[in-house]
Amino acid sequence: MTADNLLTVTGLAVDYTSRTGTTHAVRGVDFVVPRGSIVAIVGESGSGKSTISQSLVRSLAEGGAIVGGAIEFDGRDLTQLPERALRGIRGAEIGFVPQDPSNSLNPLLRVGEQIAEILRLHKKTSRADAAAEAVRILDEVGIPNAAARAGQYPHELSGGMKQRVLIGIAWACAPKLVIADEPTSALDVTVQRHVLDRIESLAREHGTAVLLVTHDLAVAADRADQIIVMQHGRIVETGTAAQVLGSPAHEYTRELVSAAPGLSSARLSARPLAVASEALTLGFRDARARATDNILEVAGLTKTFVLRSAGVATSFTAADDVTFAVPRGSTFSIVGESGSGKTTTARMVARITDADAGSITFDGDDISATKGEALRQLRRRIQVVYQNPFGSLDPTMTVERIVTEPLRAFRIGAKAQRAETTRALLNAVRLDPALAERRPTQLSGGQRQRVAIARALALGPELLVLDEPVSALDVSVQEQILQLLVDLQAEFGLSYLFISHDLGVIRQVSDHIAVMKLGSMIEQGPARIVLGSPAQQYTRELLAAIPGRRNE
Amino acid sequence: MRLLRQPGIVVSVVVVLATVVVMLWPAVFATHDPYQGVAVDRLQAPNGTYFFGTDHLGRDLYSRVVHGAFLSLASAGAAVLVGVVVGAVVGLLSGFIGGRIDFVVMRFVDVLIAVPSILLALIVVASLGFGPWSVALGVGLGATGSFTRIMRSQVVRVRNAEFVEAARTLGVRWPAIVFSHILPNSARPVIAYAALELGTAILAVSALSFLGFGAQPPEPEWGALVSAGRDFVSTAWWLSVIPGIVILVIVLAVNRLARAIGESK
Repeated sequence: MTADNLLTVTGLAVDYTSRTGTTHAVRGVDFVVPRGSIVAIVGESGSGKSTISQSLVRSLAEGGAIVGGAIEFDGRDLTQLPERALRGIRGAEIGFVPQDPSNSLNPLLRVGEQIAEILRLHKKTSRADAAAEAVRILDEVGIPNAAARAGQYPHELSGGMKQRVLIGIAWACAPKLVIADEPTSALDVTVQRHVLDRIESLAREHGTAVLLVTHDLAVAADRADQIIVMQHGRIVETGTAAQVLGSPAHEYTRELVSAAPGLSSARLSARPLAVASEALTLGFRDARARATDNILEVAGLTKTFVLRSAGVATSFTAADDVTFAVPRGSTFSIVGESGSGKTTTARMVARITDADAGSITFDGDDISATKGEALRQLRRRIQVVYQNPFGSLDPTMTVERIVTEPLRAFRIGAKAQRAETTRALLNAVRLDPALAERRPTQLSGGQRQRVAIARALALGPELLVLDEPVSALDVSVQEQILQLLVDLQAEFGLSYLFISHDLGVIRQVSDHIAVMKLGSMIEQGPARIVLGSPAQQYTRELLAAIPGRRNE
Repeated sequence: MRLLRQPGIVVSVVVVLATVVVMLWPAVFATHDPYQGVAVDRLQAPNGTYFFGTDHLGRDLYSRVVHGAFLSLASAGAAVLVGVVVGAVVGLLSGFIGGRIDFVVMRFVDVLIAVPSILLALIVVASLGFGPWSVALGVGLGATGSFTRIMRSQVVRVRNAEFVEAARTLGVRWPAIVFSHILPNSARPVIAYAALELGTAILAVSALSFLGFGAQPPEPEWGALVSAGRDFVSTAWWLSVIPGIVILVIVLAVNRLARAIGESK
């Protein structure tokens, strides 16, 4: 070991043993973290990246065990160290920033006390000094009015604030290494950037080495000196950010680079689908009246929710006078952070939630008050794809029953025809038709979302409302689904209302973009204008928050 | 099939299967006429000819237990069926309709559960007349409250699931949603509880027969057999004890299996 390598991992192997057998989660992993540098481990879910970060401090999930290799940290092998000695290292010499800030703080303790606790434990600071030091740390991690915030409980802080508190805890004892495991994936995009900025500046100021675990290659590219790319429990590529992004050596890295939404800027172009089949169009209706240029026109849409807490009713305007139009055959995207009202708007358009005021004009008809059978018939023309394919598919049904459910609801086709349609639809969404007999639990997230899209297409709709359709998926799968959506749009002349918090995703599919903040649409226009010369400060902030722009 | 590695479950499966076979074809297993006794052989202790001994009329207790299986178990099964069907329908409607109707139904269920079920069963039997089937109905109605509550909580959970909303946006009508989504996703805990309730129902039916509300002599219902043996406990212990042990073993086996069903995923 050379003196400037803080952490040297050699031949690390980790297994998970469960009743169903043993999984080799990590195999033959070697890497070094030099003192004071930021190293990122990048990979998709299941690649073993989190397993590595957990095995460093030997806090693997149940059934996990290190079965080989050595972890040399500052001259000691952590795999050989007794548990007692390791306790002195965790928190003091190695800090940890967890993924989900909402579950990582004790809800019963004031946040200042949670920082003070670790100081008393590891540095034997006196009670009064620890409390004062906690306030100083809160100030350092960028929490305004730190003295007052120290006396608050976690539920009184926002997600970004809580993550800053956890960063404060990680750095409290001036550690040599901080492990940050997906530190921003539970946060809004603009907050993500501030949190990452904070981690980076703390690392540079204190000379702390950081091991950043992330699924987002763009985040890694922005922040890390070294990038380690993992797939199936092995390292497939290691190098500086410029090397890995500029000239990726491994096939998988090339895939990741091209899939990262922040790194590719153009709208995806459609590829032909080889699915022209009689069976596919079973649910499609005859030539449609093309009365208007805009398939959807929304004017003055407003929705107010009344919240009751502790007997006090407060009203909250989720959507305030929202007006926009979706040209036929194009994609109109709404971008915004959580609570911006974008999903509420989509749900009103899809007639899941009733609007308080405003009009929704679909193909020339006002549908804002359509009810009963007329509304049911309207469902044939407007379909919804949900964010979470784990929730929107009935776990007791087979894929075939799921996909043909809308056909059965409208009594379209005989049983044999419907089976054929299922195969054609699965082909159209590039799924193996042999999966028709499977149940959703036997499919991956990407496969499930394809099933959900196939189901939405079954009736031959004209407008698809896509509510965060890729945000629950891995990046490379995101890319495939987005490409599929673009291809299907070209093939069937579909119009999309696309909802996302991620401008990186939105710019890959959109013709028009609207930005929502606190219930209002603050800016809208053609994609290239909104992205190229945004009029609003908030839009510029959102654009700046897309990771992966430093290397452009 | 991992379950079959647990010896308790293997024994339970064997006991329950054997009981079902005996219940369906008692004539194959009985060694004597269950109603016609041999007077000279009365009150014999268990031996090679009379496996469970004989009663005061010289009837073979073993053959009577074998022939009584159908009456005891079928009325317990009928009781559970009544509980499941009534509870599932009421729970489904209550949870599905919601609002004020749901509130009223659930308060009524609270009352039903608060009243001891054996008392409820007695009220039903008293108003319908004695006999194994009115006992079954009484025990079944007594169990309805719990089934309603379980079904309702499942329906409320599933009703708000995203896939139900998705089905609405696909244009699926409510009745179709109930049968294709809500019922299949709610059934599991109800079925697990029904299996558990079967053991309780066997006990309840036997208890009511013991008290004389169920099958009437000379029907060889198990509870009635225990009751009939009471007069001879000091001289012919087997008349009460053996049918009692049979009830005990079967209830234990059914409960063990029900627990396994409830625990398995």
